[in-house]
Order: sequence, then structure tokens, then C-alpha cells
Amino acid sequence: MVRARGAVTARFYPRCVLTIDQATYDAIVAHARRDHPDEACGVVAGPEGSDRPERFVPMLNAARSPTFYEFDPTDLLKLYREMDDLDEEPVVIYHSHTGTEAYPSRTDIKLAQEPNAHYVLVSTRDGADIEGPVEFRSFRIVEGDVTEEEVRVVPTYSASQEQ
Amino acid sequence: MAIEVRVPTILRNYTGGQKAVTAEGGSLSEVIDNLDSNHPGIKDRLVEDGDLRRFVNVYVNDEDVRFTGGLGTDVSDGDAVVILPAVAGGM
Repeated sequence: MVRARGAVTARFYPRCVLTIDQATYDAIVAHARRDHPDEACGVVAGPEGSDRPERFVPMLNAARSPTFYEFDPTDLLKLYREMDDLDEEPVVIYHSHTGTEAYPSRTDIKLAQEPNAHYVLVSTRDGADIEGPVEFRSFRIVEGDVTEEEVRVVPTYSASQEQ
Repeated sequence: MAIEVRVPTILRNYTGGQKAVTAEGGSLSEVIDNLDSNHPGIKDRLVEDGDLRRFVNVYVNDEDVRFTGGLGTDVSDGDAVVILPAVAGGM
């Protein structure tokens, strides 16, 4: 087994990585800034099995809360029908924490029900609404187990495939 | 004819990986019981203390059953049932 270098990456799951293009990354951060102090949420859909987040879909936080998010059930059905029609799946499910770090809370872990998704958390607690920094991290959450993964931001997906 | 039930990824281990299965029943409650007899264990993931779990959404013909009578919602042959886990969380 290869040991990760340095304490920061030591708990990362080997070879587990979220590759995301700059425009989508920026769109998630912008959504989080815009909805602060409420939690922002959404998905980035991609072709089934591709692990490539391509189609940015910001969702309404039906809870409209600084401490909770939930997709509206009617919007949720519409979203899954669309993905079904396009042979897509939710590659990324994102939401923001507006007063705490970008790490899954106990509630996030308990309610995570898409074992194949990258759960992206962004934190807007450091004044992100006034151009402060936004923390952006990604996790796998499977049956209560949380694994942080590397986030690799690429200019475009085609560029990332070039050797 | 039967009732088509769309199964989310997280529950497909109960259906042998199938995205959609068929079931029978005159109400959502009966459909879930019938589903459980063919796919044991699935009911427990949907129902708790005699009611739908808070973070599971069920739709009959695109209507959220929370507004149509919950487990008592009428279902008939040819209807489509969709199960979707809520996408939710909080700090």
C-alpha cells in the first residue's frame, strides 16, 4: 500500500478523486455565495458511469435555512426524471455550510442516500458573501462512512484527458 | 397489468440491481407489503412506525403521496410508483 505524503492527505482514500471543471466549480461557489446565509444545494449530473460532473443543476433549498437543506420533493422528481431521460446520474451532490467547516455533519451523514455520488461541501462561514474565501471539499458517504477525497479542478474535461 | 415501482440506487440491492419492478395492491401500503414479499427487507427502508419514513419520497403517478393520503393512497393497475430518497442534510 502506498502511503500518502504528509498529514493533510493521509486520510484520503487512495485513488479517490473528484475531477471537476473550473466553470462548474465556480458555479457551485457562486451559488453558495449568493444564498448565504442560507444553505445552498444542488447537483451536477453526468452520464451514467462516467464519473464526470457535466450538467450543473442548482436546486432550491426548500428548507430555506442556514442550518438545513432539502430539495423540494416536486423538484426532486422532476430532476430524477430528467436524469433518467438523459441516462445521467447525480455525480456530485453539493451543499453549503454557512457557519461551520466544509465537512459532513452528523445529519449529512445520516441522510446521505446516494452511495455513488461525490458529496461536495463548501463553507461560506468566512465572509464568502462579501468576497471572502470559500472552502471546497469532497467526500464519499457510504453507509455512514465518510471518506474525504482529492478535488482536482481542470480547465475542461477534454484537457484533463490529454496525456 | 400490474403496478410499476421505480427503485432508487440505494435500494437496488433488494431488487437484484433492477431499476424497476412490478407489484400489486389496491393501496400504497399493500403495494409495499407485496414488494416486501418479493424483496424482503425493502419495507423497513420505506416505513417506520406505520408511516412513511420522513426522508423517503414516494410518488404515485407523479403525485407526492404526502398530499394524497400517504400509505393509504389508492393505487390501481397501470399506475406508476416512484421511490426517491430525499436529498437533504444540515449542519
